[in-house]
Amino acid sequence: MKALQVIYTLWLREMLRFMRSRSRMIGAISMPLMFLIILGPAFGSSLQFRGIPNYLDFLTPGIIGMTVLFASMMGGVSIIWDREFGFLKEILVAPVNRFFVALGKAIGGVTTAMIQGVLMMVIAGMMGVQYASFYGALLSIAVMFLIGLGFIGLGIALASKIESHEGFQMVISFLMLPIFFLSGALFPIEGLPTWLEYLVYVDPLTYGVDALRACLLGTSTFPLTLNLFIITGFAMITISIGAHLFDKTAIS
Amino acid sequence: MNVIETDGLTKVFGDLVAVDHASISVEKGELFGLLGPNGAGKTTLISMLSTTLPPTSGVARVYGFDVLREPSSVRASIGVVFQEHSLDDRLTARENLDLHGRLYGMEKALRRKRMDEVLELVELSDRANDLVKTYSGGMMRRLEIARGLMHHPKVLFLDEPTLGLDPQTRVHIWDYIKKLNEEGVTMILTTHYMDEADHLCDRIAIIDHGNIVALDTPENLKAKIRGDIISLEVGDGHQMEPLKQSMIKEDFVRDVSLRNNTLRLTVQNGERSIPPILSIAAQSGIKIQSVSLRKPTLDDVFIHHTGRAIREESASLMDRIKRRRRR
Ligand SMILES: Nc1ncnc2c1ncn2[C@@H]1O[C@H](COP(=O)(O)OP(=O)(O)O)[C@@H](O)[C@H]1O
Ligand SMILES: [Mg+2]
Repeated sequence: MKALQVIYTLWLREMLRFMRSRSRMIGAISMPLMFLIILGPAFGSSLQFRGIPNYLDFLTPGIIGMTVLFASMMGGVSIIWDREFGFLKEILVAPVNRFFVALGKAIGGVTTAMIQGVLMMVIAGMMGVQYASFYGALLSIAVMFLIGLGFIGLGIALASKIESHEGFQMVISFLMLPIFFLSGALFPIEGLPTWLEYLVYVDPLTYGVDALRACLLGTSTFPLTLNLFIITGFAMITISIGAHLFDKTAIS
Repeated sequence: MNVIETDGLTKVFGDLVAVDHASISVEKGELFGLLGPNGAGKTTLISMLSTTLPPTSGVARVYGFDVLREPSSVRASIGVVFQEHSLDDRLTARENLDLHGRLYGMEKALRRKRMDEVLELVELSDRANDLVKTYSGGMMRRLEIARGLMHHPKVLFLDEPTLGLDPQTRVHIWDYIKKLNEEGVTMILTTHYMDEADHLCDRIAIIDHGNIVALDTPENLKAKIRGDIISLEVGDGHQMEPLKQSMIKEDFVRDVSLRNNTLRLTVQNGERSIPPILSIAAQSGIKIQSVSLRKPTLDDVFIHHTGRAIREESASLMDRIKRRRRR
C-alpha cells in the first residue's frame, strides 16, 4: 500500500508538471512531427523501398517509437534537473523507499511519453495512414509503455551517474540519436550490410519499432512475441539498474 | 533523552576534512545553532544528520535512530529546510505541500487541514494557488519552512534560513522560528549571521574548518571573553599602527586587533580603561577621533576562538543564490 502511494505521488507530480507545460510538449513532438510530415511524403514519392508499398505507413510506427524514445529518455534524464533545481533533496529526505520513487518517476515519464506517442498515432491517422485493426492500435499503446519503461530506466540510470549539463548533451548525441537511427524506424532492416545489421540487432528500439509495426500495420520482421519478450526484458533490466543507481544517490 | 546525539562525527571529501569529529547533543525543545563562516562544514553536518550524506566515521543518532542503520526512521522524524532552493517551482504552493504530505503518508483530510494551518502560519494563504516561480525569494523561503513543518516533524533542520533575504523578511522569519520553537519543535539552525544566532538560539556551536571550537549559550560564550570591547578611530590613518603598538604594551589591554581603520581593544573594565587610553594616545601625539565602548558580541567570540572575523559572504556566493532563486 505504502509502495503504491509513493509511486502514485511521483506519478502525480509528473502529470501536474506535464499539464502545466503545453509549450514544452509542443516542442517535444515537433521533431518527430517534422519527420512524419516532411520525410514521409518526400521519401514516399521519390524513393522506392524494397517490399514497402507505402512509405508513410511504414514510417509511422518508427516515428511513434522515436517519440516515445525521446520523451522517455528525456523524462529519465530530467532527474538531472531535479538535482540542479533542488527538488531531488525534498524527495531523498522523505521517509520513502527510493526504488518506488524511481519507479513512480519512471511511470510518470512513460505516461507522458505514451500520450505523445498516441498523439502521433492520431496525427498520422489524419494524414491517411491505415491501421490494421482497432485492437492492434490498442495493443500498440501497451508496446509504447514497454518501450518507454526501458528507455526511461536507461535515462534514470544515466542521470544518477551524470553530474552536469555537458553530460546530458553527450547522452543526446551519442546515445539517443544512434538508438533512433539504428532502430529501423526510417528504413527496412532486411538486407542491410552485415556490420550495420549487427548494430541494428543490438539496438533495443529495433524490437520496439518492429512490435509497433506488427500491431499497427500487421507486418513485421520478427514475430511479435519475440519483440515483446525482448522489450520487456530490456525494460526490466534498465528499470532495475536505474532504480538501484538512483537509490545510491547521496547529496550534500 | 537527547533528540540529537553525535560522537566523533566526521566527513572527509578527498583530502578535505569537512566535518572533524563533531560531538554535539541537542535536547528536546532546544533551538540549537551552528554558527560558522562559509565552508565551515555546517551543511555537511546537517546532511549527515538528515541521512542524505553518509558519514566517513563516527556516529549520529536522531531520536535514538542511527543515521546509517535506520535512515527511514530518522527521515520520518525530521523536517528539513535546505540551504538551497528545493521547491518544484512549476507547481503551486498547495501542490508542493500536497506532494510533501503524500510522501509522508498523510491522509487526505489531514493534508488539507495541515496545509491550511502551515500556509496560515507563514502568511501565504492568499497566494497558495499561484505557481511557486512567481514567488519572491522570501516567499519561497517561507513556503519551504511551511513544508518542513507540514508533517509535524519532531526535529526541524533549518540550513541558513535567512540567507540572501532582505532585513525585513529576515526578522519576519525569525518570528516564525521563535513561535515554532515555543510550540515545542526542536530545531537545529545553521547560520553565518551573528545576530541571527544570538537572537534565536538557546545554545550555539561555533564551527570553523569543520571543528567545533566553542559550544555554549550565547550569554556564556560572550561572558567567557571576560571584558569589554573598546573601539578607537583616529583622524590620520598613519597613526593607527603606532597607536596599536603602544596599546599592546599596556597590561590592562588583553587583545588588540586592527580592522577597517578601527582599533579594537579587549579590556578588563571598559569604563576605567578609557581615561588611560586617551592619555596614552595624547602623550604619543595621536589624535583620537572617536571612542566607543560595548559589551562583547558573538563576533568578538568568534574572533577570540579563531583569530578571524566571520567574513561577509562573498559576492560570488550571493550571486549564485540569487540566480538559483530566480529560476
Ligand atoms: N560534495 C562535496 N564534495 C567535495 N567537497 C565538498 C562537498 N560538499 C561540501 N564540500 C566542502 O566541504 C566544506 C564544507 O562545506 P559546507 O558543509 O557546505 O559548509 P557550510 O555549509 O558551512 O558553508 C567546504 O570546503 C566545501 O567546499
Ligand atoms: Mg551551508
